[in-house]
Amino acid sequence: KKDAGSASGGKPEAAGANIKKEASSKDLSAASAVKKEPKRVPDHLKADDAETQKRIAKRLEKQRLPQRTVAQRKVRLFNHLHQYEREVSLTGSFSFSSGGIHPVIIKLGLQYAEGVICGSNARCLAMLAAFKQVIQDYTTPPQKELSRDLEATIKPYISFLNQCRLMSVSMGNAVKHLKHHITHMPNNLKDHEAKKKLLETIDSYIKERILLSAVAISKYVQDEAKIKDGDVILVYSCSSIVRKVLCDAWNQGKKFKVIVVDARPKMEGKEMLRRLVRAGIPCSYFMINAASYAMQEATKVMLGAHALLANGCVMSRVGTSQIALIAKACNVPVLVCCETYKFCERGQTDSFVYNELGDPDDLVFIGNKTPYLNDWRDYNSLTLLNLVYDVTPPEFISLVITELGLIPCTSVPVVLRMKQAETNET
Amino acid sequence: MPSGESEKVDELNEKLDVFARDLKHGSIEGSYNVAFRTVSLLRIVIAQSKCTTAKDVMESVVKEGKRLIAAQQSETAVGNMVRRILKIIREEYASALRGKSEEGDPQESLHKMLLAEGQIKDFSQPVPNLKATVLDAINELIIELENSADNIAGQALEHIHANEVILTAGKSRTVEAFLKKAAKKRKFQVMVVECAPFYHGQALAMSLARANIETTVINDSAVFAIMSRVNKVIIGTHTVMANGGLKAINGSHAIALAAKHYSVPLLVCAAMFKLSPKYLCSYDQDAFNKFVSPKDVMNFEEGEIASRAQIDNPVFDYVPPELVTLYVSNIGGNAPSYVYRLLSEFYHPDDHEL
Repeated sequence: KKDAGSASGGKPEAAGANIKKEASSKDLSAASAVKKEPKRVPDHLKADDAETQKRIAKRLEKQRLPQRTVAQRKVRLFNHLHQYEREVSLTGSFSFSSGGIHPVIIKLGLQYAEGVICGSNARCLAMLAAFKQVIQDYTTPPQKELSRDLEATIKPYISFLNQCRLMSVSMGNAVKHLKHHITHMPNNLKDHEAKKKLLETIDSYIKERILLSAVAISKYVQDEAKIKDGDVILVYSCSSIVRKVLCDAWNQGKKFKVIVVDARPKMEGKEMLRRLVRAGIPCSYFMINAASYAMQEATKVMLGAHALLANGCVMSRVGTSQIALIAKACNVPVLVCCETYKFCERGQTDSFVYNELGDPDDLVFIGNKTPYLNDWRDYNSLTLLNLVYDVTPPEFISLVITELGLIPCTSVPVVLRMKQAETNET
Repeated sequence: MPSGESEKVDELNEKLDVFARDLKHGSIEGSYNVAFRTVSLLRIVIAQSKCTTAKDVMESVVKEGKRLIAAQQSETAVGNMVRRILKIIREEYASALRGKSEEGDPQESLHKMLLAEGQIKDFSQPVPNLKATVLDAINELIIELENSADNIAGQALEHIHANEVILTAGKSRTVEAFLKKAAKKRKFQVMVVECAPFYHGQALAMSLARANIETTVINDSAVFAIMSRVNKVIIGTHTVMANGGLKAINGSHAIALAAKHYSVPLLVCAAMFKLSPKYLCSYDQDAFNKFVSPKDVMNFEEGEIASRAQIDNPVFDYVPPELVTLYVSNIGGNAPSYVYRLLSEFYHPDDHEL
């Protein structure tokens, strides 16, 4: 099983790792002689397959997790993706008998579902902090090994987090790293030593791959003089790494202006604007449909990313591809800042096959005006679509800034291979 | 009776004042209404004027027209209608003087320039029945205005096939009629871009859903993501510029660029009263664009950041003619490269600068 997991270099990841293992265990128990193909597509991309849905429902029941009500009306193009109705209480059906979900994880899941924690770095850090707590509180039951049992304990937590909100690529990679270390834990260690080792692993992952990477990216931007005096930099929505780069450059004494472009329904750009204004940077603020007007003034565009795909595409907040398109049309260079732990082995050509569907009711509220779409559910022919991510083709991106240096978009598989070789060595 | 006449003059002045005030406040919805009211008012101006020569009539039209244009510079429909009426007056004068209808502007072709008897420079000869003929022609113009949306909608089936996915943005009266007419005979899907911060797209989506057309409302940010699955983009516009470009609702440039990237045809439904002889002179758009209150972008409750950032809310967007595939207008379908010829059909070159 472990070999199947580590040889899955070319196969799609995200939260598929544990589901794959379970599928292969079911294969062994099934009495059929037919050799099943290893699964390429994770279950959360198969909302239109009745068999998969039944299997998922059974598994959730076994793990005693709540089932979410499926949305009534989905756009047909996205029938294969999950969309859930907003629940009043996600955890109302939980019973607190022994062996339930750890309360830290429940809290985290609710924070994800409500959108309190959003942004791929923030979500990953919160999840790792929660897992640290889980590991600290964990005791190996007698007659069991830590490496097997801890993994089995974590599995339902990951399912629960997935149910609350689809895991991001950064979270998926962090979980993969953690599981790798858990399963490779030597069995002769005492409990508290093994736990200490795991906590150290998580700490070093956070320090190296997330926090220090941000510092390195900021340093590259300064050393290579990517932000000059007199620049007008256009940013889109909220990205923690872009904010850090801009604030560091401003504190170094560079004089530049920032244009913040924002879009509905999340309006995350306001948060970015707030932080930049607090740092003292002169800013302007536009909605995304004024982006082609704003682009006339911009000299550079700086974007964050949710994930970088193996075919060179950038997966990021919906609207990023539009900004990149307009920038290309106005000959403005586009820089993407991304840490290497967000690199993903998947290849995607469009924004449909793999995406997240947000709550359609978010589109209804329009501020002080009376909403037009209040009774949209009464009309059978009307659907609302709230996409969360989109995919930007590599020809729009000029440069990707990572902690390993300044690379073009198409070098992502090279970096992945390097990282793979590193993990295989340790 | 002199008092009756001065009453009529006062009434006319009052109507003109009310119209100018409505234009200034931006309370007239839709460029069709602006054009219709302009023509009706100018018809009254001509009917009540005591001028006998074409020159005097044209001067009074230009005088009132300039006043209305000055009330709201961005409403090009006013200027367009003034120029149409001036062209009508010139034509009627020329045909009355020459005893036959002009074959068209002598500048249209070298052949015509050779054969033309010379342009009419002097408009001060009194011509009998000039007012009656001009008023007849203006009535025809009004009928053309009223039927423009129906004419365009009648071409709907020529452009929409079955099971298409059509993208549209904002709320255009013309496009709404176009899609509803096509939906009577064909089944297709419409994706409507909601166009924040004005949200007209949401109103259009409700209207289409009530007509049982399969509609999906999407965000402005999802346009590029969705465009790969769209078969056609059909939008309306505020003005058609003289080079074939568009002055359309904010966000149209992004939609046009995405359509070009995926090679999706872009159809623009616009009646000919929207055709303007103006060009875009600078990409800074200072004179081209109109900016409205940014309270829809960020409301005053967020004063802490709103007071320290520059917030703009432009209304229009320029779309260059190479991104437009076809203009569907009340005189048929035209490529953007043909638009400059239509200018000489509707407006006289001397009237381009009022």
